[in-house]
Amino acid sequence: MLIIVVGAGEVGTNIASALAGTHDIVVVDVDPKKVEELTYASDSLALEGDGTSLETLREAGVTEAGMVIASTDDDETNLVVCGTVKTVGDAFTVARVRDANYLGTWRQSSGAFGVDFMVSTNLLTAEDIVRVVGLPAAIDVDPFAGGLVQMAEFEVVAESDLAGETVAAADRFEALTFAGLVKDGEVVFARGDTRLDAGDRVIVIGRPESVEAFSRAVAPVGSRGEARDVVVVGGSDIGYHTANLLEARGLQPRLVEEDPDRAWELAEALPGTVVLEHDATDVEFLRAQHVDRADVVVAATGSDEKNLLVSLLARNLGADRTVAVVEEGQYATLFETVGIDVAINPREATAEEIVRFTQEGQVENLSLIEGRQAEVLEIQVDAGSVLVGRPIRESVPDLPEGVVVGAITRDHEFVVPRGDTVVEPGDHVVLFVDAEVVGAVMDAV
Amino acid sequence: MRLRVDWRISVRLVGTILKWLWVPLVLPLVLALYDGTPTLPFVVPIAGTVLVGAGLERLTEERNLQAREAFLMVSLSWLSIAVVGAVPFVLAGNGTLASPVNALFESMSGVTTTGATVIVDFDRHSRAVLMWRAVLQWLGGLGILVLATAVLSSLAVGGAQLMETETQTRDVNKLTPRISETAALLWKLYLGLTGLQVAVLYGLHLVGLAPEMTLYDAVAHAFTTVSTSGFSPRGASLAAFSPAVQWAVIPFMAAGATSFVLLYFTLRGDVDRLRESDEFRFYVGILGFFSLAVGTILVVDGGPHTSLESIARHAVFQVVSIVTTTGYASTDFNLWSSAAKHLLFVCMFIGGMAGSTTCSIKTLRWLVVVKAFRRDLFTAANPSAIRPVRLSGGVVSEETIRDIYAYTLVSLVFFILATVFVVVDASRVRLTVTEFEAMSAAASTFFNVGPAFGLAGPFASYEPFPGTTKLVMVFLMWVGRIEIIPVLVLLTPSYWRS
Repeated sequence: MLIIVVGAGEVGTNIASALAGTHDIVVVDVDPKKVEELTYASDSLALEGDGTSLETLREAGVTEAGMVIASTDDDETNLVVCGTVKTVGDAFTVARVRDANYLGTWRQSSGAFGVDFMVSTNLLTAEDIVRVVGLPAAIDVDPFAGGLVQMAEFEVVAESDLAGETVAAADRFEALTFAGLVKDGEVVFARGDTRLDAGDRVIVIGRPESVEAFSRAVAPVGSRGEARDVVVVGGSDIGYHTANLLEARGLQPRLVEEDPDRAWELAEALPGTVVLEHDATDVEFLRAQHVDRADVVVAATGSDEKNLLVSLLARNLGADRTVAVVEEGQYATLFETVGIDVAINPREATAEEIVRFTQEGQVENLSLIEGRQAEVLEIQVDAGSVLVGRPIRESVPDLPEGVVVGAITRDHEFVVPRGDTVVEPGDHVVLFVDAEVVGAVMDAV
Repeated sequence: MRLRVDWRISVRLVGTILKWLWVPLVLPLVLALYDGTPTLPFVVPIAGTVLVGAGLERLTEERNLQAREAFLMVSLSWLSIAVVGAVPFVLAGNGTLASPVNALFESMSGVTTTGATVIVDFDRHSRAVLMWRAVLQWLGGLGILVLATAVLSSLAVGGAQLMETETQTRDVNKLTPRISETAALLWKLYLGLTGLQVAVLYGLHLVGLAPEMTLYDAVAHAFTTVSTSGFSPRGASLAAFSPAVQWAVIPFMAAGATSFVLLYFTLRGDVDRLRESDEFRFYVGILGFFSLAVGTILVVDGGPHTSLESIARHAVFQVVSIVTTTGYASTDFNLWSSAAKHLLFVCMFIGGMAGSTTCSIKTLRWLVVVKAFRRDLFTAANPSAIRPVRLSGGVVSEETIRDIYAYTLVSLVFFILATVFVVVDASRVRLTVTEFEAMSAAASTFFNVGPAFGLAGPFASYEPFPGTTKLVMVFLMWVGRIEIIPVLVLLTPSYWRS
């Protein structure tokens, strides 16, 4: 399928490289430098031009394209791109927007703005934050198979009971599969004798309750279980949605916003949140608010620098966990290096969501691990799959190296994958796959 | 000096209202003709209002009402209707009502839906005169101005300003985009409630449960129940009737003090609005709490009532009557224990829901005061916290909260000053008035309830008070009914100066 991606920013580039293996990609951007960079960096065609102009779109082949993804940083541009595409063809249009308002409108009347699928960066990021907040010690959480299966990434801290154990010894949780580890930034496939060292990250796939039980074991001793006391710093749109989703989960978060007018606006919109009007970088204020006793501090101001500062201050005061929003993707790792527990990048979340959607039919759901070194895929298998009709033990040798069967669901029931489990047609299989063999695995499965 | 207010417009519009006052005057006139009692007391004001009204209408051609002129018009119209209302009492010339001060008191008490009376011997007055009192209250109930709005807006007068100033309807989120249609809807609802009550009361009479309740009594009481005003053609008020009547009147008093917008939506089947209204729950809670408290005291203290049914009936009736500012008496509550009387006294300050026929401070204001104060306590502990005050899901603006605080405070100051005046003026003429009697009389007139305790108790009258006190009370009823501001604004120099 020919896919046109408009906007070669972080989101566009991520999508382009994720899809380049299986589709023909044309990337359009107004910035000649970005176009040039992309031409060298990925196996796709980059085109300089304005995505909202019909001429450029025609040049990119819009009439033959199966899908157009508008992923620039500007909401209105993205909407106009989709609208323009619809005037000349019936390519499936995907738009990325920040403002959840547009999403609301689009959800009310499908096809509004000429958009067939819309992703709201801010809402998506807030959902990510809330999922991470829900599991102590989790760095990343994604639901699969309609919520029956969860994939989660945790950091093994020195105080944890699991530190120093082998995977075989740690594998005592029912309905939970150790998919892989990240050691020094490298993805390692889990084997029985692989040791879990402090500082490693471990990726597990399993039933949500099992993941939660695991998270309690991996969390530092003495930390409370479920997060109750959450402080959101920054009344950005992401901050607002985060507080709103936390309210919906029955929590009473605190939200700190410096601007008096915005603080009032938020206080009116969030009946279950205590809105505080203050500068969140004021240490005295943070101390007076007992931020040291907070379970989680979420930094969601509009600026990366401020998020970093706020998270470090909170960390320093003694907050249990800090989660920071990082707009600039390349800083995410840095944030986590200097001691922030989780850095969430809205652009990555968006790219993931769009790629996930694009793969639909074939791949139902997907998560990117550690800068795309590995992927977690959900696939509904049919009779032609190498997995079907025999125990997993027998089918694994037919698959490339670097695949772990994480979980299986059958008729909306969780099935624990063991060596002797027989996969049936129609099952949903959640796989942990090395990025290099994704294409081969998809062909086989 | 040039006036900044175009008073001619205000006076001209008052003229229009006066001109139409002949319509309600016809009802007692017909009754007088039927009974064969003097008709002159009604014929004269009919001729007078039409003439004077038509004359005032010629003052100016301009009809463009601004907020400034609306204040003057509201204040003047209530005052002038009270004056017109007094004319039949003076002309009839019977009993205590013959004195002009008393007549003005009775008329103002009527049109402001207070229900405080100066009549000592009810038998000396014709049925037509007593019916006129009820008609005045019924007109004052929903506000003559709503009627006027319907009339005036058909003359393309800016009705919106009127609705703004007539604070009773401030919370009427316009039911329809056109003000005249909204006013018409409210009046239909009002008329419907009144008609239903007449049917219920007279129905009780027909089935033999209310031998005293004639058609005349049913109409007169329906007029003064739904308007939460409380004049009764009987000296013994509702105590003259059977328990069945007393029970039947309670829901109509309560409905009259319920927001008419809520009633309207409830009748259309939208019950959720009622359930989701914080103010309605608060109002019902207040009625329930005080009924229970008074009932418990009556049981514990003994008192004049023997059966549990009569205690329950009188406790609920009296609490509903006072909270809604109706002012009926189902029994002489002067005989109750001091604790019960003081609880009823507190009820005078509450009032029913905003946007109804009730008076006093109103539950909406108290609820906002309570919520805003709770918020202030919270922010005292958390100085940087921002917490808007919410009412039925919506946010109450800070400006509104300030206005409500101010209004409540000014009301209480008015009450204190009025109490002091009543005591001082009584001692001038060597009339013995206790503090509680003075306080209750001041509160009862200012909050348009009606009866007080002791001297001016439910079966007694305001007649013994000196003329000066009565005139001050006329002012209190006037100011209290139109919620202070329209009158007080007129007293500020900057209102008049250019």
